[in-house]
Amino acid sequence: MADLSVVGQSVYRTDANPKVTGRALHVGNIEMPGTLHVAVLRSPYPHARIKRIDKTKAEALNGVAVVLTGAEIAKMPGVDAHFGPAFRDQPMLAVEKVCYAGDPVVAAAAVDRRTAEDALQLVEVDYEPLPAVFDVLEAAKSDSPLVHEQHRPAKAFADLAHVKAGQQSNICYHFKLRTGDVDKAFAEADRVFEDTFTSPPAQHVPMEPHVTLAYLDEHERLNVWTSSQSPSYVRTELSATFGMPMNRIRVRVPYIGGGYGAKLYAKLEPLVTALALITRKPVRYALTREEEFLTLTKHRVVTKIKTAIKNGAITARKCEVYWDTGAYAEIGPRIGHKSGYTSAGPYRIPNVWIDSYCVYTHRVPAGAFRGFGVPQVIWAYDSQTDMIARALGADPVEFRLKPALEEGEPFATGTLVHSFGVKEAIRQAAQAIDWTKPRAVQTGTKRRGKGIAVGVKAVLTPSISGAIVILNADGTANVLSSTVEMGQGSETTLGQIVAEELGLSLDQVHIVQPDTDVTPYDTITAGSRSTYHMGNAVRMAAAKVKTALCEIVASKLEADPDDLLARNGRVFVRGMEERGMTIGEIFLAKFGSLGTTLAAEAVCQPTAAHMDPETGQSEKCTEYWFPSATAVEVEVDSETGRVVVLQLISVGDTGTAINPKHCEQQLLSAAVMHLGLTLFEEMIFDEGQLLNGSLLDYQVGSIKDMPRSFRSVVVEVPHADGPFGAKGAGETGALTVAPAVANAIEDAVGVRVRDLPITPEKILRALAEKNGAKVPGN
Amino acid sequence: MQREITLRINDRDETLVVEDADTLLDVLRDRLKLWSVRESCGVGACGSCTVLLDGRPVSACLLLAVRSTGREIITLEGLGDGQSLHPIQEAFVSERALQCAYCTPGFVLTVKALLDKNPNPSDDEIREYLSGNLCRCAGYADILRAVQLAREKQSRAPVQRK
Repeated sequence: MADLSVVGQSVYRTDANPKVTGRALHVGNIEMPGTLHVAVLRSPYPHARIKRIDKTKAEALNGVAVVLTGAEIAKMPGVDAHFGPAFRDQPMLAVEKVCYAGDPVVAAAAVDRRTAEDALQLVEVDYEPLPAVFDVLEAAKSDSPLVHEQHRPAKAFADLAHVKAGQQSNICYHFKLRTGDVDKAFAEADRVFEDTFTSPPAQHVPMEPHVTLAYLDEHERLNVWTSSQSPSYVRTELSATFGMPMNRIRVRVPYIGGGYGAKLYAKLEPLVTALALITRKPVRYALTREEEFLTLTKHRVVTKIKTAIKNGAITARKCEVYWDTGAYAEIGPRIGHKSGYTSAGPYRIPNVWIDSYCVYTHRVPAGAFRGFGVPQVIWAYDSQTDMIARALGADPVEFRLKPALEEGEPFATGTLVHSFGVKEAIRQAAQAIDWTKPRAVQTGTKRRGKGIAVGVKAVLTPSISGAIVILNADGTANVLSSTVEMGQGSETTLGQIVAEELGLSLDQVHIVQPDTDVTPYDTITAGSRSTYHMGNAVRMAAAKVKTALCEIVASKLEADPDDLLARNGRVFVRGMEERGMTIGEIFLAKFGSLGTTLAAEAVCQPTAAHMDPETGQSEKCTEYWFPSATAVEVEVDSETGRVVVLQLISVGDTGTAINPKHCEQQLLSAAVMHLGLTLFEEMIFDEGQLLNGSLLDYQVGSIKDMPRSFRSVVVEVPHADGPFGAKGAGETGALTVAPAVANAIEDAVGVRVRDLPITPEKILRALAEKNGAKVPGN
Repeated sequence: MQREITLRINDRDETLVVEDADTLLDVLRDRLKLWSVRESCGVGACGSCTVLLDGRPVSACLLLAVRSTGREIITLEGLGDGQSLHPIQEAFVSERALQCAYCTPGFVLTVKALLDKNPNPSDDEIREYLSGNLCRCAGYADILRAVQLAREKQSRAPVQRK
């Protein structure tokens, strides 16, 4: 890769200037004359039948354009009142019944937000409370109150084609993996370890809350500006929901103020569209922070994990994973599948049995959250792996290294792994934290300990990214891509790839922001998939443009097209730089005119092999893997239970780094975000009612929660089919933080916490139990 | 109730009619279109709507517009000379201390207030002073380095810049 000039360089962000001056375009800065503003009345009950809604007084309020109910949406001709990426189970506004405390029931659109809120004060709703279920294990039982009587698959994504219609159960998706003979291995085991781990619901807290603006333009086409991570999907969903032709819908996404999974699929767009269609005015709905907490959460997960040990090695692992997906499935089934199949870990284990259940409860819907469920399963398996190592008197690092899969070995799904730097990640993490350095003998109440955790995530497969590269006669390029710039640096990364391929400088490449009128389909901006998928798409499109240039140069200069090189805005014969043409000259040769363009489209569409529904076996379950390791050193105060993270090292295999500094940044900041999720973040519910749904009550990590010492290590195991060998980096640093901290705490004070977050109270309780003290209530 | 007020914003007098209940955030964004001031938590807990009020960082979502008269209000639009980046902004760019950057205006103004008050803050003082500004991308390591760089720049070039 020695002759690369832009790829592999830690160039500065191309969006730095608009962002640092505050001039970056956000949906919140886009104004249409006569815009109506929306407020939504939400259910106070977790499960109730709507007996009556009286909105006459609200409608009479001055400045109110419309007060809308779910029953009215259901009566709109040709409109499906429900939407959702896996099941069409989520109503724009509750129809007949509400399924969680916070479920939208009535929407008012008025001249300003305050008037809309005033209108809602005048709405009367009578509810008949129904039995509700809040615990995922209770909800999975056959005698539990049902959240939905029927499950209707959405058929929106190829990877969810196997999601089936179901009824009379809260389990909306069940993934199974079976390999080897688990029962026999447990019967023959020397030791069996059985543990249950939980992780709580948490909120993404993007600093920019969700916001959507919709209006009909002069052609009566629906225009939507929205803070979404999935513009292509939003158009598909609106088309399906409102029965509108796809070319009558235009979805645009400017810069968004963070997503982390919260802004995937459809959120406010269907409701805002319904209001815009009814009022025929521009309609804006911006969530308040409190509403954000009632819109989507990270899945609460309960994992029961059982592991057999024979002759010091792991011979079998059985995982039962329960995903609390809340009142609407959202993307829970995809998470239950993709994360479910990795829940035994990146290890060589001959006998594996996995059941992964996605379960409805009467709580706030759960969906994607940076890591897509994988942090929750790694929390279980790499906490337990560490516990086993310590129980066997083995070194936790060596205990992981021995069974860690290597290139070409089968994963639990039967898929042979490629570009799988798990061992390298463990070694780098161990080295960075001086793992082998003998621990000092500790006395006193503050004890230090070190912990390491490792895990792997598989990229969503199949998925699709399309791109168009337009080269201008002056040697500048416009790139049409539906990847959303939400902070991850995609504009810079994609720009580097195109610049490299076409021999341009980075500032000659402009990435056009997602606009479904012009930018081709992209599955989602999520799952660490954009560098690989969109990166490949823009690279292939750029390569096509380059081929066209080379053909012209070859015929003009009578050269072999294979000998030509594109560099510095010229195409020339390799080794004879003077024998070539500038891009301007090439365009003149072809078109006889400047101001012209050359364009090409390309699609990156990796496929997966069929996965057996009974055994979870597949020749190819994923396009690529991202191994992650975290090493931490903590100091635990055994008198207060307080944990101070002294050191944190985040290690990730990103494939070839297109921008090494940005990869380091993604790894470290994902890890720091997850340190908060490890130590204190938790949405607390009582009987389905959220108790801490504001930033006064829900703690988000600040700069004071940064470890004293921190760094990240980028492991580059190139992927054969990645653009220049790249994979992805957005989630990798998030994956292994929680178990690393728990492992370090056990190292320090000898107690194990199995329930996130690891609060001082839990540590104190565990210490008290260890010392034989009686611990009052839970 | 409505009343006419004059606010001193970014060195200009802005006279407008506001509702008593309008926050400074409402006025800066909805009326004056100063888009760098961002609403996020609405309860003064995140720092996204930070502006400088007589040089001190405050949450514009917690301040009524009618209580902001007679004070010097600076938003990010009013930082520096309007032509080139302020040294603090330059430091944020060169240390890559921004990702989604929704929080960036609030951070830059808070850093400005810190360095004006204390030109040579220790790392602990930086952490303490910035703890009211949240960055959910969690780019705190980069932000810390950016402030360290801005601190050094300032000590090298003691010219007063606004």
